[in-house]
Amino acid sequence: MRTAVILLPGLNRDRDMIAAITKISGKPPVTVWQTETEIPNVDLIVIPGGFSYGDYLRCGAIGARMPVMEALRKKAEAGVRVIGVCNGFQILLETGLLPGALMRNASLKFVCREVKLEVTNAGTPFTASYRQGEIIRCPVAHHDGNYFADGETLARLNGNGQVVFRYAEGSNPNGSIEDIAGIVSEAGNVLGLMPHPENLIETAHGGTDGRGIFENALGLSDLAGAA
Amino acid sequence: MTIRNSIPITPELVEAHGITPEEYERIRDLTGREPTFTELGIWSAMWNEHCSYKSSKKWLKTLPTTGPQVIQGPGENAGVVDIGDGECVVFKMESHNHPSYIEPYQGAATGVGGILRDVFTMGARPVAAMNALRFGEPEHPKTRHLVSGVVSGVGGYGNSFGVPTVGGEVEFDARYNGNCLVNAFAAGIARTDAIFLSEAKGVGLPVVYLGAKTGRDGVGGATMASAEFGDDIDQKRPTVQVGDPFTEKCLLEACLELMTSGAVIAIQDMGAAGLTCSAVEMGAKGDLGIELDLDKVPVREERMSAYEMMLSESQERMLMVLRPEKENEAKAIFAKWGLDFAIVGRTTDDLRFRILHQGEEVANLPIKELGDEAPEYDRPWIEPGAWQAIDASQFPEPDDYADAILQVLGSANMCSKRWVWEQYDTLIQGNSLQLPGGDAGVVRVDGHETKALAFSSDVTPRYCEADPFEGGKQAVAECWRNLTAVGAEPLASTDNLNFGNPERPEIMGQLVRAIAGIGEACEALGFPIVSGNVSLYNETNGEAILPTPTIAGVGLLPDYSVMARISAMQEGDAIFLLGGAGSHLGQSIYNRIVNGRADGPPPPVDLFAERHNGDFVRSAIRNGQVTACHDISDGGMVIALAEMCIASGKGAVIDAGETAPPHALLFGEDQARYLVTVKAENAGFFALNAEGAGVRFRQLGTVGGESLSLTAPVAIAISVTELAAAHESWFPAYMDPAVHAEAAE
Repeated sequence: MRTAVILLPGLNRDRDMIAAITKISGKPPVTVWQTETEIPNVDLIVIPGGFSYGDYLRCGAIGARMPVMEALRKKAEAGVRVIGVCNGFQILLETGLLPGALMRNASLKFVCREVKLEVTNAGTPFTASYRQGEIIRCPVAHHDGNYFADGETLARLNGNGQVVFRYAEGSNPNGSIEDIAGIVSEAGNVLGLMPHPENLIETAHGGTDGRGIFENALGLSDLAGAA
Repeated sequence: MTIRNSIPITPELVEAHGITPEEYERIRDLTGREPTFTELGIWSAMWNEHCSYKSSKKWLKTLPTTGPQVIQGPGENAGVVDIGDGECVVFKMESHNHPSYIEPYQGAATGVGGILRDVFTMGARPVAAMNALRFGEPEHPKTRHLVSGVVSGVGGYGNSFGVPTVGGEVEFDARYNGNCLVNAFAAGIARTDAIFLSEAKGVGLPVVYLGAKTGRDGVGGATMASAEFGDDIDQKRPTVQVGDPFTEKCLLEACLELMTSGAVIAIQDMGAAGLTCSAVEMGAKGDLGIELDLDKVPVREERMSAYEMMLSESQERMLMVLRPEKENEAKAIFAKWGLDFAIVGRTTDDLRFRILHQGEEVANLPIKELGDEAPEYDRPWIEPGAWQAIDASQFPEPDDYADAILQVLGSANMCSKRWVWEQYDTLIQGNSLQLPGGDAGVVRVDGHETKALAFSSDVTPRYCEADPFEGGKQAVAECWRNLTAVGAEPLASTDNLNFGNPERPEIMGQLVRAIAGIGEACEALGFPIVSGNVSLYNETNGEAILPTPTIAGVGLLPDYSVMARISAMQEGDAIFLLGGAGSHLGQSIYNRIVNGRADGPPPPVDLFAERHNGDFVRSAIRNGQVTACHDISDGGMVIALAEMCIASGKGAVIDAGETAPPHALLFGEDQARYLVTVKAENAGFFALNAEGAGVRFRQLGTVGGESLSLTAPVAIAISVTELAAAHESWFPAYMDPAVHAEAAE
């Protein structure tokens, strides 16, 4: 049950993520700076949100080319669970570990609000404690969360059950195609999502709907063990 | 614009630098010679209104700034207040009005960047931000552009830097048509034994430049901010700085890391007047001279003159005095974060400010006179005129009360500002307990089980215009009341005084009387001013803004599990009005919006009642008696009720009595009042408590149903859905008319 959190300059939800993982797993994660070429043996690797390198180029494009990302790729290929949230999701797309792209929000504005997510695949290692079709609350906070992929890729994602979260009806904050909020890799061990489950894991946050994703990934929920 | 350092200093050049002939005489007396061109720039930067507070200093000195909780009052980068457990809150509010009018995105962004830097320069990690924004009337052709640019600039910087924006204000008035206001607030948390100050200590120590490189942006910005706008405004665009929140975020992490290493003796961020102001401040405060070698300054443009380098307002830069033995450790930290690190000078014992450039001494000035001993004026002022009291019965009642309520709720100034704050990251850091839209933003203190801080920013400029003294009092009282309404104990405040040209006696009168009101209220409420900023010359073509002394305050909640929220009304709760019935309609929102009238005095603030009622409400909240609470301000009791119904998604049945004209009972803006809801079974006990405490109260009714229903003084019922629609629609309809129309179909 060990976690590593990847750090890059400009990421800014790293402290939220570290706090959430510490509260959920009872253990602070190890942190791995962008220039490292090895990631220690862990059960879960997380890339938190923020604005790596200011997002002055395409979001996540520079971060995806840092030395630590090669180590991350090897771990992902070896089956280690990986979660990329927000900028972390953008980075995972830029590394090619997940398909598709995130464009500027349809409103052209940053948006921070709570949305509703539909769990569209409860059979992944990240969603096993949720019911298929369950609607959960989750905040979003981003400027470039408008998911896009070509028809062929979408067909493949849908066919393989790789779309894990969709914005529930009337809740799409950014214009994402088919309301896609989060996807997994074909092998199922890499999850990328725009919303911030780490900001909804305790009563003081006003809810705990996001907690399950981390509990599942870390094998801490009863159902996750059975999945 | 490479001008030789040796060019003759003409009266025209002196005037172009905003220096009066008398001030110029004084400069010559102090140095015994004509200044060089670079020196003229330095004098101008240090002696302008923005940096020297020369018109306001005399009056600012009268403000209460101390208290057992105050660790550091005005004079440093930010104020510091004890919050217990060895920790303190570091905060300040500062304006970026002129730059934001010229270039709204960058002006607002760098305003946020500047205030964040002020906070982390002192060793605090920023945990909350607020923004008080004031724009011209919605119909003015520039307003939409300014709102859009300023809001995305505030968001663009704060969101990327990673601080939650938990509160603020947005207001429209024709008097800001030519001069919008952007007042940015930031607060951070530090250890009380690890506060960093700007006072340099020790002779012969390295002065180190850190952060981003120096460019030509912002040259003369502080001087621009100290002048009125004319029609040549667009030519001033090049003086606005450009923000880089990514570099600032790296600078934050690098500075906090460096501070932990014990290397930092003194630190000062480069804000207004950049290198000049920061170096002079460090030297003058420490009774030391400073020598700078400009050839060592990291630059991003070629052939910059000494004048340009000394006056550049390039962002994300810091100046420090470091322990020499820690130099390599410090360098390594900055290299990790990809930031420049250069030794650009040293401290000396001769109290001179000496600048070297390309082997030449381009400036050599007495450092104390530049800093501590800048001119101070006692400008002439006149007592502002006062309105005769107008009885509420003199103002017309609305034809239809329900329509009037919806009209007020859906107006530009009273509508929901969700369109604005949804563009700000309100949740980052994972500690936000109350978001914008309530009385105060609340953020819990990291690493503490129960403690939280509350933040609010307030001023009612139309009250200040009608009576600067009462308006100044009211700004403080409302801020204090908003903190109280969530259950926080107000600790201290920061003032951001925005006024017109102080050389006009009537404007100076507004400033003098507003400060007097602020001081009286701060004193009475035990709410000292610990930091602040003065922004004068907010005029365009001779028309001044409304006097706008923004007050931002910080409160402490020892246990956030018993805080109150505007949105927490429960079915069946009893609703109480505390502080007496409404009676005062002068300067009310109702009169402005429904009657189109702006006459009469503002509601007077009884500071004794304010404190008494507030202390009662806070204690009731902390004893767990209160479910929801909201202060009564703009729009009066009925609008406060409607806001609670909207936020809670619940209706209410109300009997407000018939003790005064109905419109005064419903819309009167009498001060020191709150609405609270308590569980039905506690209603009797709560009423007894209020009676025992001598707090005027009335049980108005009960929470329940789908509508806000009044039986007295008038019989009306409006569904909560209708209230919410009126409240939420103005802003999106104004800013995104196409999108809004589509959504409505």
